[in-house]
Order: sequence, then C-alpha cells, then structure tokens
Amino acid sequence: MEAPPLIRDDALLRATRRRRLVSRVVAHAALILGVLIVAFPIWMTLVGSTHDSGTIGRGEVPLLPGTHAVENYATAWGKGGGVMRTTPASLMLWNSLLMAVLIAVGKIAISILSAYAVVFFRFPGRMAAFWAIFITLMLPVEVRIIPTFQVIVDLNLGNTWAGLVIPLIASATATLLFRQFFLTIPDEFVEAAKIDGAGPLRFLKDVVLPLSLTNIAALFVILFIYGWNQYLWPLLIINDRSMETIVVGLSKMIGRGDSQNDWNTIMATAVLALLPPVLVVALMQRWFVRGLTETEK
Amino acid sequence: MATLSLRDVRKSFNATQVLHGIELEVADGELVVIVGASGCGKSTLLRIVAGLETPTSGQVVISNRDVTGLEPADRDIAMVFQNYALYPHMSVFGNMAYGLKIRGLPRAEIEKRVQAAAEILGIGALLERKPKQLSGGQRQRVAMGRAIVREPALFLFDEPLSNLDAKLRVQMRAEIRRLQRRLGVTSLFVTHDQVEAMTLGDRLVVMNAGRPAQVAPPMEIFSRPADTYVAGFIGSPSMNFIPATLEEGGRAARLAEGSAIQFADGPRPGPAGMPLILGLRPEHIEPGDGPDSLPLAVELIEPLGSETVVHGRAPGGLAVTARLPGAFSGAVLPVQLPAGHLHVFDAGSGRRLDP
Repeated sequence: MEAPPLIRDDALLRATRRRRLVSRVVAHAALILGVLIVAFPIWMTLVGSTHDSGTIGRGEVPLLPGTHAVENYATAWGKGGGVMRTTPASLMLWNSLLMAVLIAVGKIAISILSAYAVVFFRFPGRMAAFWAIFITLMLPVEVRIIPTFQVIVDLNLGNTWAGLVIPLIASATATLLFRQFFLTIPDEFVEAAKIDGAGPLRFLKDVVLPLSLTNIAALFVILFIYGWNQYLWPLLIINDRSMETIVVGLSKMIGRGDSQNDWNTIMATAVLALLPPVLVVALMQRWFVRGLTETEK
Repeated sequence: MATLSLRDVRKSFNATQVLHGIELEVADGELVVIVGASGCGKSTLLRIVAGLETPTSGQVVISNRDVTGLEPADRDIAMVFQNYALYPHMSVFGNMAYGLKIRGLPRAEIEKRVQAAAEILGIGALLERKPKQLSGGQRQRVAMGRAIVREPALFLFDEPLSNLDAKLRVQMRAEIRRLQRRLGVTSLFVTHDQVEAMTLGDRLVVMNAGRPAQVAPPMEIFSRPADTYVAGFIGSPSMNFIPATLEEGGRAARLAEGSAIQFADGPRPGPAGMPLILGLRPEHIEPGDGPDSLPLAVELIEPLGSETVVHGRAPGGLAVTARLPGAFSGAVLPVQLPAGHLHVFDAGSGRRLDP
C-alpha cells in the first residue's frame, strides 16, 4: 500500500508567517514609542548641559550636543549654578547620598527588628503592635508633616542630620515586606536553632539575616531612591546652605520672575543628580530582581 | 548511660486535651517507636520531650534529671526533623557544626567531630556543599550528622523518612537502625508508618487519641494486640474483624450467620451471649473446602507477585480480606477460619480477652 501524499497548505503557512511578523512589528513600535517618550526629556537635559547659557536663554531648543560640556559640569560641580550661585553640586550630592543611605539603612534596620519581633515572638499586644505599624501606612510624610515639624523644632533638631533623617525612617512598608518574608521561614528552622542552642539574637544574625540578604538588597534599592528623591521634608527642615540636598538645591537654582537662569549649569546639575540612583539600580539590578521574585528555599 | 522517663505527661491546647497522662520508661540504648494515625498526639509528645512544647502537667526526666522546665538546648538531646530543617545558606559542614559552635567548642574539636560523623554517614565528600545541592537521601544523612556530632543523651526522630521515596526509605530505615545500635544512643522515633515502626523499634508505643493503646515489643504487638485499635492498625492488610457472641461456658464464639468457632486456647470469661469481636489476620485465613468453610464472594483481587490479596464478602455481607500465597483467580473463594490464630476482643470496650 502506498502512503497518502503529505498535505502542505502553503496559503495558510504564508498567512501565519505574515500574522507573526505584523504582531512583532506592532509590539516593537509600541515599545520604541514608549522609550522615546521617556527618554526624550532626558536627552534634552543632556544636550542642554553641553551648551553655553546664551543658547537656551535665547529660546533655542538644541537637539544636538554643544561644546561647553566640560566647563558647565566643572561649574556645577565646583561652584554651583543659578543666579544665587548656590551650593556646589559636589557638596549637595554628598549631602543627598548621606541622607539617602542613612534613610535606607535606618529603615531596613528598624523594619527587620520590628518584623522579627512581630513574627517570631508571642507577647501581649503583638497583633495590636502589628496593626499600629500597619495603620501608619496610611499616613505618609506629607500628611503628618506639620506635627512632625513641630516635634523636630521643639526638640531643637532643625538643621541637623538627625532631624532630617529620623522622621523619614519610621516605615511600615518595609516592616510589612519583611514580615511577609519572615512568615515564609519554616518553623523547623526556629526549632532546630532552639535545639542548637541559638538565642533570639543569634538566630537573627546567623539564620534570618543571611536568608533575607536578597530582600534587604532589593529594599535598599527602593529605599535609597525614596530617600534620594525626598523634597518637601528637607526643604522645611534644612536652612543651612551647607546641608542642602541636591533635589531641593536644584529647584532653588531656578529663579523666579524676570531673572535670567543659567540653564546650562542647572541641566548639568540635574544630570549629576540623576547619576547616583541610576548607578545604584544598575549595580544592584541582579539582586533587586532576585529579591523581589524568588525566595531562597 | 541515658534513660528517658515520662511521668503522667498531659497536654491541652486550650480546651482540647491531646495527651491524657503518658507514662513511659525508655531504657539506656533502647529505640522506642511512637506510632499512630495523624492527630493521635505522637508528634506533640516528641516535641514535649524535645522542649519545643510545654506539657500542661507531668514530668520529663532524662537520665534521672527533671528537664521539664529546661530549654531544648539544655536537655542534652538532638532532633532529626521531617523536612531536615537544614539551614539553606550554610554548607553541610556549617550545618553540622552550628550547634557545637554555639556551645563554644574549640575549632579543632568541632572539625574532629564533624569529620568523624561524616565518615560514619559517608558524606565526607559533601562537606562544602549547600543543602540545595544535595539529594533527599544526602540531606537526610546531613540531618542525622547534625544530631550525631552533638553526642547527645537522647535522639529524637520526627518522621525523618516520610519525605524520601519508597526505595530510599527502606535503605535509610536500615541505616538508622544500624547507626543507632552502633552508637548505642537512647532514641525516640515518631512515625505513622507501621512497617517503619515494626522494623525499627525495640519497643513500640501505639498511640490512639492521646493515650498509649499498647506499649510492647513489635512481635508482641503483632501477635497479641491489646485492643481492636492496635489490632487494626498494625499489620497490612488490616486484620479482619468479625462480630460474634460468646457461647455458654466461654469455650466458643457464635458468628452472626450461625456457625460457631471453638477457641483453641481455652475459655474466655464472661456471660453467655456477650458481644465479641473476633480478629483474624488476612494471612491466617486459609483457603479450603470443608464442613465449616465460609464461601467468599470475590470482589477485588490484588496480585502482589509472591502473594495475592483477595477482598471478598462472606454470606451475610461481612467484608473479609485474605492473603494467599501465589496467584489466585475465581469468583468464589471458600475459606477456613483457623481457631489457632483467633484474636478475641470484648465488643464493648475493644479490649483483648485472654483465657
């Protein structure tokens, strides 16, 4: 008996190929459009930071880089920009870095400890404590800013690092995330540690912290950027020019009314302000993704 | 020398009492297996001995020292968990050494002990690996190693084999037994698996609803079960239970459908007409025609290779399971109920009735 001839539907095959091609083109077009929308303002800033102050002052919108990059960045870095010749970007960057790191580290430390207490200990009022923490989620810095300001001023903490950082450290989000993670640590680890003779702090240091490393890294990225981008609170609490953070300083550079702005220096400062968060994300990306997606078990 | 004794240990979770006064003496070097269905309180009992759970009342005494109020670390025990509870971020060496490190043993001593234990368990080549890189059987060994290095007075095993596949389970079972004999460490082993219990234990504690139904060596539990629960729990397939009543003089039992079985080993005490339950193990049921044979209507045949399990119904609707050597096929199986292998229980209390 002869085998039946193989059926080959060329028309259907071509239609399938065409459909696949079209869907790929559409997907890429949408993505490219998205990238352009996000990237264009950044490109404008980058380009703006390489021209002299006159170019932008005349109302031109250059789309190609100019030749004044080095001097603009040197001015921004060393002397500061704007009409008022404010704080140099180098100092503001350092201030922002210090603030962001203090906030991130402080938040992580306090959240780990409070989540550890809520998850691993039975004490009276445990759930009440948890809910109290949870409820503060509904009160972001901006809502409680007036009473917080009053407290900090009464404590004489205005214009100090403590006054700047401490109110921003109290955090429910990180506590919640750590709580959820700690809940996934099997009871057997706790029990094995008890039999091994590890006390609560030892268990925290030897077992819980090493297991939380990726989560800590992911949270550090999020909280660093949160801290870096703080605007309202530093604006209120810091008057001292030498403690100015870059996000606040940047907006102060822009003069009001008729005054002429050094847009080239301002844009150079803006680019500098962008770099640290970008670096943190780029360097910790691997950890960041792992910490948010997988658990080590 | 290490012994364990439990004195009237009781435990309630809120209003629910899960342990009703456990008394148990474990001799030095003995391996006692606590076996029972899930929810019978066997794990709770083990956790009370470990100190992970506090008894509502009663005492836990290890080597003549009352440890009831002590922390787990101060009880001189080691425990092997069901899912091994190996710390995932530590190497095999780290896992085994952790308890010793906390106790502040010198580095050299720790190395020596871990090496020795790894040698015994055949995991010497794995010491640098992480638990994630190990197979189930290797993890099991590491968990055992972690217990061994501590050189404890008492080993506690909480269903350590139930996460292994069937073949490995049999292998590790034998290995645990050999190891325990070799080290001579007093051990308490919790399992729900009756084969594990029978093969491992010097003695068994069969738990039923928070009470020890019987405490005895495996073969005694098998041949002289103390009540219908133990009789039904130990042995596979389960023992057949046949309702009957006691005859005048206690020398025979009358089955529901009319026939009588004479007791081979003597009269049972009790009034005539007392309701009884007769127990017969499937392997003791003999095929064969005779004047008093029972024709079983065959419902299901399970061939196991060297033997065949036949599920059938006697006239009157009673389900009977028989285990026959070799193969079997057919719709009707006439069987004899051999009086010599009969277990007699009081239908009211479920307790065994002996002559």
